[in-house]
Amino acid sequence: MAIVTPLKTAAEQALSQQFANVKAELPGTLPVRKLREDAFAGFEAKGLPHRRLESWRYTDLRGLLREAKPLATAARVTPAITARLAALPFDGVRLVLVDGAFTPELSTLEGLPEGVNVQPLTEALVSTREDLARILSGPSIADSDTGLMLNTALMRDGVFVEITEGTELAAPIAIVSLASGEEETAIFHRSVVLAAKGVKATIVEVSESTGPKASQINGAIVFETGDESDVQHLRLVTRQVPETVQVQSLLATIGAHAKFESFALVCKAATLRQQYFVKYAGEHSEIGLRGVNLLGGAEHSDVTLVMDHAVPHGVSRELFKNIIGGEATGVFQGKVIVRPHAQKTDGGMKSNTLLLNDGASMFNKPELEIFADDVVCGHGATVAQMDGEQLFYLMARGLPRPQAEALVLQAFAGEAVEFVADEALRAFVMAEIEAWLSLREASSVVSAV
Amino acid sequence: MAAVQETIDQVKSIDVTEYKYGFVTEIEMDKPAKGLTEDTVRYISARKNEPEWMLEWRLDAFRRWKTMTEPAWSRVQYPPINYQDIYYYAAPKKGADPKSLDEVDPAILETYKKLGIPLREQEILAGVAPENRVAVDAVFDSVSVVTTFKKELAEAGVIFCSISDAIQEHPELVRKYLATVVPVTDNYFATLNCAVFTDGSFVYIPKGVRCPMELSTYFRINEQNTGQFERTLIIADEGSYVSYLEGCTAPKRDENQLHAAVVELIALDNAEIKYSTVQNWYPGDAEGKGGIYNFVTKRGDCRGKNSKISWTQVETGSAITWKYPSCILRGDGSRGEFYSIAVSNGAQQVDSGTKMIHLGKNTTSKIIAKGIAAGKSDSTYRGMVSAHRKATGARNFTNCDSLLIGDQCGAHTIPYIEAKTATAIFEHEATTSKIGEDQLFYCQQRGLSAEDAVALIVNGFVKEVLQQLPMEFAVEAQKLITISLEGSVG
Repeated sequence: MAIVTPLKTAAEQALSQQFANVKAELPGTLPVRKLREDAFAGFEAKGLPHRRLESWRYTDLRGLLREAKPLATAARVTPAITARLAALPFDGVRLVLVDGAFTPELSTLEGLPEGVNVQPLTEALVSTREDLARILSGPSIADSDTGLMLNTALMRDGVFVEITEGTELAAPIAIVSLASGEEETAIFHRSVVLAAKGVKATIVEVSESTGPKASQINGAIVFETGDESDVQHLRLVTRQVPETVQVQSLLATIGAHAKFESFALVCKAATLRQQYFVKYAGEHSEIGLRGVNLLGGAEHSDVTLVMDHAVPHGVSRELFKNIIGGEATGVFQGKVIVRPHAQKTDGGMKSNTLLLNDGASMFNKPELEIFADDVVCGHGATVAQMDGEQLFYLMARGLPRPQAEALVLQAFAGEAVEFVADEALRAFVMAEIEAWLSLREASSVVSAV
Repeated sequence: MAAVQETIDQVKSIDVTEYKYGFVTEIEMDKPAKGLTEDTVRYISARKNEPEWMLEWRLDAFRRWKTMTEPAWSRVQYPPINYQDIYYYAAPKKGADPKSLDEVDPAILETYKKLGIPLREQEILAGVAPENRVAVDAVFDSVSVVTTFKKELAEAGVIFCSISDAIQEHPELVRKYLATVVPVTDNYFATLNCAVFTDGSFVYIPKGVRCPMELSTYFRINEQNTGQFERTLIIADEGSYVSYLEGCTAPKRDENQLHAAVVELIALDNAEIKYSTVQNWYPGDAEGKGGIYNFVTKRGDCRGKNSKISWTQVETGSAITWKYPSCILRGDGSRGEFYSIAVSNGAQQVDSGTKMIHLGKNTTSKIIAKGIAAGKSDSTYRGMVSAHRKATGARNFTNCDSLLIGDQCGAHTIPYIEAKTATAIFEHEATTSKIGEDQLFYCQQRGLSAEDAVALIVNGFVKEVLQQLPMEFAVEAQKLITISLEGSVG
């Protein structure tokens, strides 16, 4: 094979042009500007991620982004957006981004609980915080990702949430990001959640599109949690316009004796790549990354995660449940790294998939990279269709086929949903899953009884 | 859990410093100048007296190879190989083209004797029951020295000879099947092999024949600065069966030597091929100096209905191993199996695994892989299981475990599991917790200590791989049997 240096695609050229045009007006102090410049230089050297890049093997962003849409510069609050916000169930603090821009008039900022500070990212980026560039960068395992580099270079807005030491929040904080779809635009947003020592909090992140037109969304959320904290994260990527192409990155650095639990529900998400870069900064912490992917039509969902056990005594669990129908494609790439001194690590990674019909595909790559000898690490991946015996059992008891299938699938997904700690949120997630299941048609293939 | 003491001792007993086959045989060799040009390819072809089509085929491969670049995706590191600093052909001068064992250089015979490889048929006959006989093709550097039991095999219709002889005597079979499993440009090392391969074995089992004895090839690299490029082609015609063993060793030398082989297996309708390897190339010293680069392409094609190919390998040698014995499950109802134990010590690097490509309907495959890394070595399991859209009813079970001894080594698992049909059932697991509590309880209740109980259960599990080895090789692998995998990680 000769080394191919591909010509820049139209989208790559357009992105270069866009960055040159807007870099002066994008918010940021000098260190932030340097961060942007470096990230973009990194992106330009590598180009959009493509199939030849191992970590993007199954999601060819270069092929998916035929052209780079114009950058969204301001929120377009349409009636559809107001209506959708009214329908969302989350009470408590609600921080709304429309087309990537923080929209205070739609957010609930009064009555913020004590110990919670919220700033638009535009303001945070020009603040004098010395550790800003470090916080924004997240763990070093994320450094080489070009999808994230683009976000770093072009992030315009988002929210910067700080929760002070010992604060225990009763209600979740919701960060709701809606794309108006008035125009075809490219949206780059990033939010930061800093949870100090002993904080207990739940963060809900919503990504939806309301509009007629599809957007290119590149979002990121950065968590930095202190010792003995307990942070729950729920991400809902739903109701997207079919042509939407979306990359969502999660960067997390977790303190000692802490808990971090992230759950993602993906349904009607068009083309989505979720990537997690999570690092243990202190010992004796427990981290869980879980999710349910419900795919149909021509949808594509990629979950790629890197779990960095950099210190001893870390416990990590990953569990992703995929239900795939239509011509949809599911991807799971997990990489658990256990560094040489991270003894007594306990890692468990699982991806379970049910394919509902021919035409659906699933690609699994659960990787382990282990350099310590006293650890327990396991991974499992299964792909199959629904169990004929389970269906037979239910149908023999009088359930019609569609209900029997829905019940089996619901139970399958439920195994991951039960890790959502907040009861109301768990019920909400289950209801979303049930709604999706009730709309699908009966499966065409089931193993023989 | 960390590894138990017993395991640590066992692995130590086969450490790189304990390499037993590192002696050098001093014999005069015939070799062309170092380096690789079209002339080298022509030289090799001429030395083997090959027909024109073969030379053209080699030259074509060589031209393509020049346009390719070395792959860099594997998890192994080595300084760039200078392909111009290698001898591509080395044959013993004395007794070239021997007609019988008496014409073979006694030094070579002595070498095989030291290695414990029986080359004299009567010696084998003397003490061994007839059903346990093994026919051997002995390859010394670039040439096949001798092939035993040829006559008896021919009576059964089995063709077992060196590939050089096959090109002369059975060109129609070679032309029909060569490079149909591993295409000429499959990968960098395979293409290089096409251009400069020197010898290897050829096996053809006719329709309905069950090969009357085990076939085996023993590869020995002896000469300095040489690369060994072997080529093996095994064809099992409809309804036939063959079990084939492969062994390899090399002397201790300070420089690295390249071994780039291509092995192709073809199983037609209802045929079965069982291919076993005990790979014991010189692994280099404890600091990683010297040793063989084992860059091998092995692939089996289950071309016919209900055909079966199984790979079993015990890997303890080589400085760097880069090999993925694979099965293409093309025929409906065909089956592929892969059993592997890889033990790495010293500074060895192993990147190995398998591919099971399900194309036909109701195809099944099973992968059992164990990696044990000690010292400063790195062991990677890399495997792919894929089901094509039309491979309805495909089934796979994969289990890979690895065990680390010490905190300077690494064990990695990179499986690719790709399903494009809903009727496929793929299970992949890599866990230690599979030793059931109830099994442990059962053993302990009968008076075994916890450690003994674990050793017993896990050894039973490792035997799953070793039992696949034919009797003759099981002895060589004996010392591995007692290795316990307690404390293994996914």
